[in-house]
Amino acid sequence: MRATAGRDAAPLAVEAMARGHRLRAWELAPWLIAVLAYFVFPSYLALGSQILISILFALSIDLILGYAGIVTLGQSAFFGAGAYTAGLLAAHGWGEPLTGLAAAALVAAALGFLSGAVILRTKGLSLLMLTLVIAAMLQEAANKAGGITGGADGLQGMEVWPVLGLFPFDLYDRTAYLYSLAVLFLAWLAARRLVHSPFGRSLTGIRENEARMHAIGSPVFRRRLAIYTIAAALAGIAGALLAETTQFVALDVLGFERSGSALIMLIIGGVGRLYGPFIGVPLYMIAQDRFAQADPVYWDFWIGLLIIIVVIFARRGLLGLAEQLLQKARRKP
Amino acid sequence: MNAALSAAISIGFHGLAYAMVLYLISVGLSVTMGLMGFANLAHGVFAAAGGFVMTRLMNGYDVPFPLAVAAAFVAVAAGSVVIERLLYRRLYGADELSQVLMSVGLIFISVAAAKYLWGPLAQPMTPPAYLSGQIELGARSFPAYRSFLIVAGAVVVTLLWLGLERTRFGARIRAAVDNRRMAQSVGINTNRLFTWTFALGSGLAALGGALGADILAIDPGYALEHLVYFLIVVSVGGLGSIRGPFFAALLLGIADTGCKYLLPEFGAFFIYALTLALLLWRPQGLFGRA
Amino acid sequence: MSAALETHGLCKSFGALTVANAIDLRLERGARHALIGPNGAGKTTFVNLVTGVLAPSAGRILLEGADVTALPQAQRVKRGLTRTFQLNTLFRGLSVLENVCLAVRERLGLAGDMHRPAGSRRSVLDAAYAALERLGIADEAPRLVRELPYGRQRLVELAVALGLEPKVLLLDEPAAGVPSAESGIIVEVIESLPAEIALLIIEHDMDLVFRLARRITVLVQGAVLVEGTPQEIAADPRVREVYLGETARR
Repeated sequence: MRATAGRDAAPLAVEAMARGHRLRAWELAPWLIAVLAYFVFPSYLALGSQILISILFALSIDLILGYAGIVTLGQSAFFGAGAYTAGLLAAHGWGEPLTGLAAAALVAAALGFLSGAVILRTKGLSLLMLTLVIAAMLQEAANKAGGITGGADGLQGMEVWPVLGLFPFDLYDRTAYLYSLAVLFLAWLAARRLVHSPFGRSLTGIRENEARMHAIGSPVFRRRLAIYTIAAALAGIAGALLAETTQFVALDVLGFERSGSALIMLIIGGVGRLYGPFIGVPLYMIAQDRFAQADPVYWDFWIGLLIIIVVIFARRGLLGLAEQLLQKARRKP
Repeated sequence: MNAALSAAISIGFHGLAYAMVLYLISVGLSVTMGLMGFANLAHGVFAAAGGFVMTRLMNGYDVPFPLAVAAAFVAVAAGSVVIERLLYRRLYGADELSQVLMSVGLIFISVAAAKYLWGPLAQPMTPPAYLSGQIELGARSFPAYRSFLIVAGAVVVTLLWLGLERTRFGARIRAAVDNRRMAQSVGINTNRLFTWTFALGSGLAALGGALGADILAIDPGYALEHLVYFLIVVSVGGLGSIRGPFFAALLLGIADTGCKYLLPEFGAFFIYALTLALLLWRPQGLFGRA
Repeated sequence: MSAALETHGLCKSFGALTVANAIDLRLERGARHALIGPNGAGKTTFVNLVTGVLAPSAGRILLEGADVTALPQAQRVKRGLTRTFQLNTLFRGLSVLENVCLAVRERLGLAGDMHRPAGSRRSVLDAAYAALERLGIADEAPRLVRELPYGRQRLVELAVALGLEPKVLLLDEPAAGVPSAESGIIVEVIESLPAEIALLIIEHDMDLVFRLARRITVLVQGAVLVEGTPQEIAADPRVREVYLGETARR
């Protein structure tokens, strides 16, 4: 047997792993594009902030779906919880946006922790079912508690104060856009850190082979519960952003459509790659903005068809396709 | 007759009719999910399709009720075979996310197609004259159509259960649900079995959708609106079970009717809470295998 | 001093089917113990019971004197009980190095860290790399597990177990499905394991068993038929009848 090689002789593989987390140039591209868009498309900032918020929401799903392998159709429960928390605060006299975000994150995290503690003991179809039930429960509760939530008419009377006391929400959505961009950036930094951390790696292990994780002493349930709670908090922040930037909360924040379309956007971009949402969400939402208003039936039909085609032929999404092309390019002499 | 007893009978009656519809629609889903392990959220599409075929035939072409219902059953069962071969078959054994997304895609397509073909409103359904009106039973009168629904449902369920117990086809289904590899190794052609079972399940769903158009209105968003309830029936009943969903449907039908009647300000909230509690106590469902 | 691993009357039944029947086994520190028996005797079931994958119907499991019967699998691993699987159970989409790193991080208690980058702890990388070197697969470190031939994957399986620095190691047919090139390495590694580790090997390859084991337990239909030294087992007529056949007449 060879003697153990010292640190000096550690080969490339180890070095590559040690540096895997370092920031690469292309990772700044989405942010540059987002800042550019602010200047180039000043009349589209409302759509822009919607896109940023949806990216955050899709990111929260990707953390549990793409990294921990938990299939959920009920993430809108946390989105809606965050939205109503921020909304109710602003409608009842406390319109400070940053604390609204914090409160939303806390409420959503608490909800995520409690529901996760209970449903993450199951898996597969049972778990999927339960995520749906919890979201349906919340939506029904919000619907029936119309006195508090405004019910089907939506939550009225929100008054959101200027961000940091300096930047009021304006009619052109400039503050909304930059505010959402800043929050998304911070959330992305946190998510990126998480994904590259030992915790993040262990989530990948849980997704790849849960039996093996148990056999190396990993507290699988605790890890899944932790990421479920964190993702719930992020979804809650996204919901609060929506409430604050539009100064309105409708019942559909808790609806299936929101969870379903987020999944679609994710798979178009690519699941479990952290950047999937940055590609899938803008593509979907810009296309939706252009085509769905004109003919919603047309839109539903073609999106349905697209999902089926993507699932069968391009399961790993656009990022997966890009990876494949890169690998092929590298193999050429 | 005092008010509480009257209310109870009313809830029981309407709940039972609702349960029949839910069961007819969901039993196919239970078997295919248990048989193929496929996360199929689009099953409601077949129920809606059955409703659309029946109402279009009756309203647009004056086809008599029994014929229209039979046509719905056959047409949807046949159509489902095409979809199974084209789409579902490619994803047996694929990961859960792919299956979920595929079925979501199917729902989107069907909702769009229904809106395009027949508009966004619910299809009106008028039962034939001989099934309309009221039936007198002792001191009470019951809606004739709902009574028919209960009886027809009971007949279909009995035929189904007998069929599954007594026929070879039924035996093969039960074997394959129990242990697919074993069934294959004793020579059961599971691919063909899947297709036939899928067709039967979809046909039954179409039957349930068509007959139940009185309770669950046939509108384009049908598959999405009632998705959670179908899934509740199947998961509470137990995947792969045939009797389980019946009791789950009874529970859900009566509880839902009762809650909407007695506690309208809570709506379906308690139903969901009850489901949550049941599935946490027995994750495999009432009749499922652990 | 208490034994490294003990089972007392370990039983498991699935309805009317009994797969483990009052199994008593004792593994001393530094043991080199083999578990043999015909197919379907319940050897893997026994390992599943001991490691906590299956819950016993009756009986107790003691790890270094402490009763672990009610402990979940992961906690038994934390106390030093490690196993390998009969069929490779690895993270096929991850690199060989990452597979072992995951195990090392769990052992060092670093796996729950949400802040520091995973690659920044050199101690983890070095320990993982060292395990790979012991098994001669260090050059495969960056490759994805699924790209490796089955035999090489088996070595990764063993590397993961070594990365956990176990006190009690249960090897379920470590050489199964492995061509002779790799199985030689496996035997070498097993022979050079630290003497303090208590080792239990399930094997069908009798050459391996007689080379590595100082004690052998024979399991038949879920129950212990006999236990003893290799010589005793080879000479036992009941064992010959049930299992050894030709090999025993040497």
